[in-house]
Amino acid sequence: MQDRKPYLEVTLLTKAFGSFIALKEISLEVFESEFVCFLGPSGCGKTTLLRAIAGLDIQTSGTISQAGSDISGLPPAERDFGIVFQSYALFPNLTVIKNIAYGLESRKRPAAEVAARVKELLDLVGLPDQGPKYPAQLSGGQQQRIALARAIATSPGLLLLDEPLSALDAKVRVRLRHEVKELQRQLGITTIMVTHDQEEALTMADRIVVMNHGVIEQIGTPLEIYREPATAFVADFIGTMNFLPGKILGPNRVRLGDLDLACEGDGFDSGAEVMLAVRPEDVLVQGAEGEGENTFQATVMETEFLGSFIRAELALPGVAEQRLRADFSINLVRRLNIEDGGQVTVALPKDRLRLYAGAPGHG
Amino acid sequence: MLGLRAMAEAVVATGTARKIKPKMGRDDWAMRSFMLIIGLYLVASLALPLYTMLSKSFEAYSFRLEFFEMQVDRGEGWGEVLSVRELAIAQGVIDPEDSSASAGHRITPNKFFTDFSFRSPTMYRVRSTSAEGGGFIAKGVIITDFEWHEFTSNELRRVLLRPAQSPGLGNFVAYFSTPSLFFSIYNSVFIAVISTVITVTLAFAFAYALTRSCMPLKGLFKTIAMVPILVPSLLPGIALVYLFGNQGMIKEVLFGYSIYGPIGIIIAEVFFTLPHALLIIITALSIADGRLYEAALSLRASKIKIFFTVTLPGARYGLISAAFVVFTLVITDFGAPKVIGGQFNVLAVDIYKQVVGQQNFQMGAVVSVVLLIPAIVAFFVDRAVQKRQVALLSARAVAYEPKPSPRFDGAMLGYSLFISFFILGMLAVCQYAALIKFWPYDLSLGLTNYNFDVMDGGGWDSFGNSIQLGFYTALFGTVIVFVGAYMVEKGRGFHAGRSAFQFLAMMPMAVPGLVLGLAYIFFFNNPNNPLHFLYGTMPILVICTITHFYTVAHLTATTALKQMDVEFEAVSQSLKQPFHKMFTRVTVPVCLPAILDISIYLFVNAMTTVSAVVFLYSPDTTLASVAVLNMDDAGDIAPAAAMGMMIFYTNAVVRVVHGLISVQLRRRTQAWRTR
Repeated sequence: MQDRKPYLEVTLLTKAFGSFIALKEISLEVFESEFVCFLGPSGCGKTTLLRAIAGLDIQTSGTISQAGSDISGLPPAERDFGIVFQSYALFPNLTVIKNIAYGLESRKRPAAEVAARVKELLDLVGLPDQGPKYPAQLSGGQQQRIALARAIATSPGLLLLDEPLSALDAKVRVRLRHEVKELQRQLGITTIMVTHDQEEALTMADRIVVMNHGVIEQIGTPLEIYREPATAFVADFIGTMNFLPGKILGPNRVRLGDLDLACEGDGFDSGAEVMLAVRPEDVLVQGAEGEGENTFQATVMETEFLGSFIRAELALPGVAEQRLRADFSINLVRRLNIEDGGQVTVALPKDRLRLYAGAPGHG
Repeated sequence: MLGLRAMAEAVVATGTARKIKPKMGRDDWAMRSFMLIIGLYLVASLALPLYTMLSKSFEAYSFRLEFFEMQVDRGEGWGEVLSVRELAIAQGVIDPEDSSASAGHRITPNKFFTDFSFRSPTMYRVRSTSAEGGGFIAKGVIITDFEWHEFTSNELRRVLLRPAQSPGLGNFVAYFSTPSLFFSIYNSVFIAVISTVITVTLAFAFAYALTRSCMPLKGLFKTIAMVPILVPSLLPGIALVYLFGNQGMIKEVLFGYSIYGPIGIIIAEVFFTLPHALLIIITALSIADGRLYEAALSLRASKIKIFFTVTLPGARYGLISAAFVVFTLVITDFGAPKVIGGQFNVLAVDIYKQVVGQQNFQMGAVVSVVLLIPAIVAFFVDRAVQKRQVALLSARAVAYEPKPSPRFDGAMLGYSLFISFFILGMLAVCQYAALIKFWPYDLSLGLTNYNFDVMDGGGWDSFGNSIQLGFYTALFGTVIVFVGAYMVEKGRGFHAGRSAFQFLAMMPMAVPGLVLGLAYIFFFNNPNNPLHFLYGTMPILVICTITHFYTVAHLTATTALKQMDVEFEAVSQSLKQPFHKMFTRVTVPVCLPAILDISIYLFVNAMTTVSAVVFLYSPDTTLASVAVLNMDDAGDIAPAAAMGMMIFYTNAVVRVVHGLISVQLRRRTQAWRTR
């Protein structure tokens, strides 16, 4: 993928609102037909970045180029994109047909051609019969699809989605995720979506740009982001993560309470304070007398029933006040008879242990 | 966060980042041009006239007689050189302590000689000794040199000594040293405060009845309460003259007190301002949160306690806002005190008297500046209060549902009937007065008083002119206001320009009509002004009226525009459609109800306004509302009432037609509102 020429290139982009820096020297590349998600907590600058790419709020400095030409200072009308907002922004006084046709109508294009294109789009989003209705007569999910149809009507080179699913209820949201993704794949349109919902980003994106406080924390595929979070922020923001304070003993050795663990951490000096991070589902349960690397006995302090699995809070030997959260399948719990107050032997696989610099900031 | 800021500052300091200059698109240019044009319109029709008026108020004129000298030849050669100042004091022509004058004042030097006779062969010589003296006019020429000029006694009669102009506070000093003038400040504030207290109290009770009771006919009562908006503020004064005047129908009920004065003014102002206060307070009471009442009831609070702990605090911003609106309306109103004020002087009438009566424009400007102060203070306090009211509105509240209570509902019904009787009674009296042939001697009915053409004020033509003014004001005003509001609300970037425009659009609210009218005289009647050709035409009346009522119309437009999705423009731009397509296809249809409201607001006000246009009409452009004033001034009170009622009927008919059109348009173009 990296050997291709990027379709959209953002270079050292900074946006200041007075003395507040909303975006700080952002650089990223988006490739043809790629689906990229900007993910981050509210206020991280992801929407500001999207609006800069759209030309709605021009950046303070830095450049943006699309399909090889510099579009940094251009007004929205001179760029090539379609956009869908969280509010859908459907024109309330125009019918669905008129809404979709809004960008198609011009003196050059015959009305019949416009009508045909509108019909094609309505079929594409699966609402062939809703044309004569007004937006207020449609459900949220239907309005969303009409907004999408309107945005792609003119076949733009870039599709921008600003939190398009967050106004919908949970069930509809999950269904639309797949529909939008499917549509994007079918059309092969380069797409950028802004979201604060990590599940949405993980299921839809080819690549995710994780942002916080106006900077990019990590860019990677969903799997990379989840498996190998580059920073403690990403590790904490995506999925659930245990953070435990540790100290580097030597090359690939870290001390956690009374435990001496093997790890794959490099770049740390011996004696450095680190944060050990491990996901609850990566905590493995061994047989009662299990042997092996990073294996130890822990006390089950509390269990929480979460449907398909159980989340246990484990007390580690020699680590006061710190709890290790671990997810066990119901099967496993039944088989090993795990219960509050009991002992369990667990292992922390060293390839699943991640180390981050610094004093505890999370968890 | 601090770290980020430091980093950003470092970036700026090292200058590594090149600033991106947003490129303006075709739409941006077009939208800015529109805004600039309308902004320039406001500058020319508001800012510049007001500036001219302000500078006039600081142009003082005074006679500097010490800079004039005279000599007399009574057939024995020229006598000694005489100081004109000493001559004048000796003859009592001027008061040595006060030499203030208006620009138009002149002194003829023959007054300095008791033995003066224009037939005598005596010769006189006059000269100026300093350029500060202002010079004199002889034989139609202004003479400013320092030579002696000789005149026969017959010629001396027509020599005019001119006052000198000096910038400064001279006019203000003169104003505050004239008790009859500055006492008006006290009178104006007194009238405004009393009227405000009464109006707000009555309006609150009425709004309470409309929102908190289950009495019948609420819609009818609300409609009746809005009636005073449709009549000029002169009309209640006329009704009061017929009721309580010297030959009034029921003047006994005043127990000998005269209606001409504070009592009459206050009653008329209460009538005139009631609907304005009512609209604001109804809004304030309607946003009350029903859950608060349920909570209070569940705590077993008494009705009175609930009223003082829930109802009043909830409506407090509305009450404050209403109070300031009423205060401003009363202190700047000119109609009521003009008709019913008698010898009781108020600021607004002083401006009129100074300008129309005494032609003392400088002093008119001074009174205008004095009148601007309370109006501006009230304006800013009201803006501040309304901002907090908005915060209350946006909270998610459950609407309060009144429950039937026969005793309370009955009392409220009685009160509403009383207020309605007051309002409709005033109109009925006017209509009755207009139909009676000659009150109180010939009570037979007839239409003689409608024969306007035989009276002062411009006759039936003025009625036609008023309708023209209303039509043009509504047409052009709505277009200007709505387009301007759209450019300000939906423009991209250019924040400085947009804030400046917003400020200009808010200014008219703080400027009383008479002040605006006087400012127009100063600005447009200057022959050097390229816009001078407008003076005395219908267009200047239209411009003045649009500007006078700009703010409320602008606020109506911006409120409607703010309710539209902020992303519409972004979507339209991304689809590469020009802004005017967005404007005509979506913005205007969606905002149509607000646009119709703006047009009817401008029409009704153009029909009823007296204050600004009273200085600007010409014999060809007399107006119905001004005709009411002039006929009343001339003693033709019955025809004045008749014309006032014509304005009412016109406005009422237009209102009804507007209502029908609105319903039709809504049905056709706003089908999308129904699910």
